[in-house]
Amino acid sequence: MAEIMYWEALQRAHDEEMARDPLVICMGEDIGVAGGTYKATKGLYEKYGDKRVIDTPISEGGYTGLGIGASFLGIRPVIEIMSVNFAWLAMDQMFNSAAKVRYMSGGQLTAPCVFRAAGGAAHQLGAQHSARMEKVFMGIAGLRVVTPSNPKQAYGLLKAAIRSDDPVFINEHELMYNMKGDVPDSEYLHPLEGSEIARAGSDVTLFGYNISVHWCLQAAEILHSQHNISAEVVDLYALSPLDREGIRKSVSKTHRAVIAEEDEAPVGVGAEVIAIINEECFFELDAAPVRVHSALVPQPYNHTLEKAAIPDHTDVVRAVLKLFGKA
Amino acid sequence: MTLDDKKRVLREMVLHRRFEERCYQAYIERKIGGFLHLYPGQEACCNGVMEAARPSHDYVITGYRDHIHAIKCGADPKAVMAELYGKATGCSKGRGGSMHIFDVAHRFMGGYALVGGPFPLAAGMAKAIQMKGGDEIAICFLGDAANNQGVFHETLNMSKLWNLPVLFVCENNLYGIGTALDRSTAVHDQYKRVCAYGIESAQCDGQDIDIVYEHAKTAIDYVRSGKGPYFLELMTYRYRGHSMSDSRAYRSREEEEHWKLRDPINILRDRLIAAGELTLEDFQQMERDTDTFIEQDIIAFAEASPEPDVSELEHFVLA
Repeated sequence: MAEIMYWEALQRAHDEEMARDPLVICMGEDIGVAGGTYKATKGLYEKYGDKRVIDTPISEGGYTGLGIGASFLGIRPVIEIMSVNFAWLAMDQMFNSAAKVRYMSGGQLTAPCVFRAAGGAAHQLGAQHSARMEKVFMGIAGLRVVTPSNPKQAYGLLKAAIRSDDPVFINEHELMYNMKGDVPDSEYLHPLEGSEIARAGSDVTLFGYNISVHWCLQAAEILHSQHNISAEVVDLYALSPLDREGIRKSVSKTHRAVIAEEDEAPVGVGAEVIAIINEECFFELDAAPVRVHSALVPQPYNHTLEKAAIPDHTDVVRAVLKLFGKA
Repeated sequence: MTLDDKKRVLREMVLHRRFEERCYQAYIERKIGGFLHLYPGQEACCNGVMEAARPSHDYVITGYRDHIHAIKCGADPKAVMAELYGKATGCSKGRGGSMHIFDVAHRFMGGYALVGGPFPLAAGMAKAIQMKGGDEIAICFLGDAANNQGVFHETLNMSKLWNLPVLFVCENNLYGIGTALDRSTAVHDQYKRVCAYGIESAQCDGQDIDIVYEHAKTAIDYVRSGKGPYFLELMTYRYRGHSMSDSRAYRSREEEEHWKLRDPINILRDRLIAAGELTLEDFQQMERDTDTFIEQDIIAFAEASPEPDVSELEHFVLA
């Protein structure tokens, strides 16, 4: 077990999979000669050459479609979208071609490709570079969506996604590439479905994914040390399909739920998790579930406004205290 | 093409024409649902190109006017009709319909319903071919209006940049749905638009199969020899509307009659008659035999086939 950074975990996964299978390729803007905006493909151009580590023009719809077409013939492309905001330009190909081709061909053709995108709000990048778009991807039949919260998941989910016969969208976070964490020394594939209990607890479940798992963990520590509340933190690393059984089990144990998402609330992970709670374990609830989410605004540039728009661990603590009638 | 080839192709083109006309009838009878885009008038395009290509070896992809391209690649017309009927025996098991005919075993990689969507998919297949080192090529059949999509330009750029073995066949039927070519693009000759990307291109008559074949052969030899992409523009005309609910108010009856004077089947038929290879009676018999085949084999199969099992609704979503 070694402690490495999130970007190093992604780089290692790319490298190992490319070494294992000559049909694995990477494509995207600035991923080759320049080494990748977030270094996820650092050194691979030198190692595997320009036929397998492909610097693309700034043509998201075109190169995403090209990668999907290559996957029809057995190539395993990892298609990097530099910022998830640019994925809007590629969604026609992701959704209409990759996600639907298996179904509309009656199972004859499949698109085993991986889409990776840096998502989330970083610092003062403004409305067109700060979108959280997981809500869009997780509603598409035929597309798997995962979102790693730590280096181990980043490594294991990417490797598993490359080997999956389904198209997989991996939602990363611009602020997490330098996060450190333990990654197994030996090869490790992370399941593409399910959820993980990041911290066990008994009084309330805090559901998070990607960066909001860390808000939940911080909040759980504060709730434990300052308020004597035992919070369980569930990491929903798979957003599609969501882990109905994992959600049911935890809520059936704690009887209370808070869902923390960096995305805006309408039509998001929070809404979906609450719907699942209603469907799976409504009568286990001692209180109505609560969402912690962003304000419904295009992300503002101004630092204070931006901070006000995006939640953090203090919002999670506040939501829990309210749930217990303590705030 | 030898004379024997031409006689075979004439028979195929008659099947392609009558198949589509029979689809029209089945649509009126509500046996076929959804949208239905028919091919009559354009038969020499698909046939001429695919005679010069290697069906079931080269990878073919197209838009939503796709029945005949699938059949020409080797798809069983019975399975195509059954798909139009939405039956379990359809080539896409009733999940696709008219716009999503697939026959991957014959390397017909599908019909797609977003205009221009197949451009990058074709280039991607060519990238895969290039990586694997085979002598196949990717062939992308689309209409003129698809060239107004952004991915057309993005794909051409990357295809040339990476020298991909892909042939773009533009079946220019002069209308994008109901908008005339000269009302939607400032440069009317489509083959000129690709010059901006340094791609080799040509334009020719799309009604005379001999002319299509010769141009396609040049184009395919070029692509297969590793020289990179090629763009072939075929000037053609669709007799019917874009889809089924189309009053054809955007074009004159005179224009339609003018194009029918250059019917691709009649051109080939008359050439074979002039060469003493066929009589008019032979041709009429060919049409009758084709109609019998369509009714007794193709339609009967589609009619008799079972509906998909509703319990399998969610099959084929994920692997």
